[in-house]
Amino acid sequence: MRYLPLTPNDRQDMLATIGASSIDELFVDVPEDARLDGPIRDLPMHAGEMAVEAHMKKLAKNNSAAGDMPFFLGAGAYRHHVPASVDHIIQRGEFLTAYTPYQPEIAQGTLQTLFEFQTQVARLFGVDVANASMYDGSTACWEAIVMARRITKRGKAVLSSGLHPHYVSVAKTMARFTKDQLVSEAPTLEAATDGADLLEQIDDDTSCVVVQYPDILGRIGDMSALAEKAHSHKALLIAVVTEPVALGAIKSPGQMGADIVVGEGQSLGVGLQFGGPYVGLFGCKQKYVRQMPGRLCGETVDSEGKRGFVLTLSTREQHIRREKATSNICTNSGLCALAFTAHMTLLGEKGLRELAMLNHKKAVATADRLASIQGVSLLNESFFNEFTLVLDKDTRPIVRKLADQKILAGVSLGRLYPEEGTLAHGLIVAVTETSSDEDVEALAIALEGELA
Amino acid sequence: MNMLTEGRPTKQDENLAVPDQGALKTHTGNRALMVDEPLIFETGSPDRSGVDLPEAPSVESRLGGLDRDEPISIPGLSEAEMVRHYTRLSRQNYAIDVGLFPLGSCTMKHNPRLNEKMARLKGFSDIHPLQPVDSVQGALGLIDELATWLKTLTGMPAVAMSPKAGAHGELCGILAIRSALEARGDAREVILVPESAHGTNPATAAFAGYKVEDIPANTDGRVDLDALKARLGPDVAGVMITNPNTCGLFEPDMKAISDAVHEAGGLVYCDGANFNAIVGRVRPGDLGIDAMHINLHKTFSTPHGGGGPGSGPVVFSQALAPFAPLPFVEKTADGHFHLVEEETAEDHHESSFGRMVAFHGQMGMFTRALTYMLSHGADGLKQVAEDAVLNANYVLRSLEDVLEAPFAKSGPCMHEALFSDNGFTNGLTTLDLAKGLIDEGYHPMTMYFPLVVHGAMLVEPTETESRAAIDQFIGALRSVAERAKAGDEMLKSAPHFAPRRRLDETQAARKPILVWQEPEEYAEAAE
Repeated sequence: MRYLPLTPNDRQDMLATIGASSIDELFVDVPEDARLDGPIRDLPMHAGEMAVEAHMKKLAKNNSAAGDMPFFLGAGAYRHHVPASVDHIIQRGEFLTAYTPYQPEIAQGTLQTLFEFQTQVARLFGVDVANASMYDGSTACWEAIVMARRITKRGKAVLSSGLHPHYVSVAKTMARFTKDQLVSEAPTLEAATDGADLLEQIDDDTSCVVVQYPDILGRIGDMSALAEKAHSHKALLIAVVTEPVALGAIKSPGQMGADIVVGEGQSLGVGLQFGGPYVGLFGCKQKYVRQMPGRLCGETVDSEGKRGFVLTLSTREQHIRREKATSNICTNSGLCALAFTAHMTLLGEKGLRELAMLNHKKAVATADRLASIQGVSLLNESFFNEFTLVLDKDTRPIVRKLADQKILAGVSLGRLYPEEGTLAHGLIVAVTETSSDEDVEALAIALEGELA
Repeated sequence: MNMLTEGRPTKQDENLAVPDQGALKTHTGNRALMVDEPLIFETGSPDRSGVDLPEAPSVESRLGGLDRDEPISIPGLSEAEMVRHYTRLSRQNYAIDVGLFPLGSCTMKHNPRLNEKMARLKGFSDIHPLQPVDSVQGALGLIDELATWLKTLTGMPAVAMSPKAGAHGELCGILAIRSALEARGDAREVILVPESAHGTNPATAAFAGYKVEDIPANTDGRVDLDALKARLGPDVAGVMITNPNTCGLFEPDMKAISDAVHEAGGLVYCDGANFNAIVGRVRPGDLGIDAMHINLHKTFSTPHGGGGPGSGPVVFSQALAPFAPLPFVEKTADGHFHLVEEETAEDHHESSFGRMVAFHGQMGMFTRALTYMLSHGADGLKQVAEDAVLNANYVLRSLEDVLEAPFAKSGPCMHEALFSDNGFTNGLTTLDLAKGLIDEGYHPMTMYFPLVVHGAMLVEPTETESRAAIDQFIGALRSVAERAKAGDEMLKSAPHFAPRRRLDETQAARKPILVWQEPEEYAEAAE
């Protein structure tokens, strides 16, 4: 057994030191009828590297990898190029196999990267502070709603119809148990965001208004008026960013007045991975820092006066406050946060802006090419790297059929909103730096074939 | 240190005078391999970048007038600088790859590298969560296969794969319990949690809207069954029990606890953080539990990554299975894998309590955990539990003469050994001992947890340590423990040899600096 160093002799000697005659004596507290008499049945016995690798490769081959074909899916998870050095850094054993930095004197590597991560996220979002990560965007979004309830002591959250439907589902699941009131509707196929409608919904019972930016249909709208209205009712504006690369091209939510900004950080450094692990981003204004969930890394000095970093404000957290904690979160997404920060460091502001404009302009060119097809129209007037096409038929069967032809065309709105018949003709298409002109042409020709 | 001019030393010459290292100053402040690394904000610049991108197409932008016109102020580094930055930082970290990591309740075992290689196969790493299901049959098959392993190892009929970490799994279990009770019109309000429980347990119950009440431990470090039975009643929704518990002991009354809770109309949640002690030897399903999360990043060796990502699938009893969250994978009769989500759930999963996360859970962790399971097999996993328990008992019996082990007399421990600070003198504490252990080249054990033992030290060696490695660790811990009992003043200022001396956590919390500020802002803040 290649991972187990003890030899049979070691085991005998150690049992003798312990004063036990057999390993079974160490399991004496297990009731007799719960003891198994041998290895669990119906599972295979141990296997060598080659056999395991063969088995896993067989499973892996039975998937259509995005890189092997034209690929245009987004809707909360984006395919970006991850530089080789980023994956190398996160595989260094000192990062990969470290624990949460509870002993700061021997965890400065993790802690300093978290401090840099927090600073990058805060600057990207245009807010004062950010935490050391959450599980993903959807759970970060719910935590933000809970935080707004704590701050405002009100239980009604107004969700934009442009918020990712899975994020809405997560919030609805939780709200059913916590008795929070959620106001939410499915989106309609219009060019403008629902900002104007949301303004009407904010009142003195509202804890927060939650707006995705860019929204699920790829639309981008100025949130300044929403922030103003929310603040006039002592409510908070929560902005949700599922594509952080966008903030290299468009105004930050903080600049428009958002109080809490959360997001999905997967786009930078992490990769698609069929939905996880991803990395939740969580930032807010300085005055709310003590209401934040999750871990925070802070700067301090050691006993010789040297700068160092520690986990701080832990009196908010479950291991100190137990049932009074701001959240139950413990393990977060440390290694994905490292991937995010390493990628961001490699980009810098210059690289981020270039990457963002490359995404955007490719998306503009792609949108125009696809909208030129008979039976296809472009919903958005403005967008970042993702837009919604409206076809003259249900897009679900088309997406499945194109997948069989090895073209991953986008996300059909019918899959995301199965109960909304009016959305069935919508198709969300995302374009990143990884989409080539040939890929776009292949998609266009295939769509023409389906709509002819 | 003296320069050695004649041959190789085999042993430090104790007669040689060693100059005071503190008096030796270097120009840089660095000490050989111990090199300080500035922040990227001090070395990088916003106009430097480590990526080369192609030209963007020449089209007009369509950003609706929302162009980002203010500076972002995120510095960049070239690739050469970036690699060095993080490599230097990495060397200031302790990690399993560096040495034994005896952090009780965290199961810091070796992370096999085959797991990493498999997780990077493009068929797993480069697939989108919303691809049509026919294009991800291998991924769904993998989830189903891992689910089968988890159900078989625990003897439970169902499993929810989507929870993102242990605490998220707890939440999943508690929401299922609440849904099941509500479905029978039974609105109970209280969850009972032993005082020795992980902090996540009461926090989770509260996050799900429950009131939390403690149940006491008995003098053996186990749940006080009589006290528990006395508290059960029509307002108690359930209990959250950790087994093996956080004192490193198996709860011999687990079945009786489950039966009593069920009889009173409640349900049983088991915190599976310590599953490593019993995997392959005991099936929790045989002990009457209704839900248990499994930390794939503990028992099944997926890396901790400096604080995640974790993965916390939850196994369910028949009573809770119908309430499992969306989405999940089902295998149809023809061998096809079907994804049950909002679009497809309406007809036969209407009692699911809904979605907990955006997508399918921690696929990248599933690939690693399944690789680990296939490597060990049923026989190897049984050996894992046995060696983990053997190593912990070996540590317990090798040190109980020097460190008080409050529950050692009641019998063997499971996968971790618990000690107290009883006998330390001169005001020395568990924290001081822990910092002394850092100087010996080890990551300390879990400190001050569980709360039921004074100055608790929870040592979990895991099964992936050799006997020689454990003997060396025992020697180090014995030495530091003896110093603590002798009142060695030097421990109060330990660590002496780490990249940093003891850090001022009080200052960090009183005036939090959570993001980097330009030096002039620091100066202003100081005024």
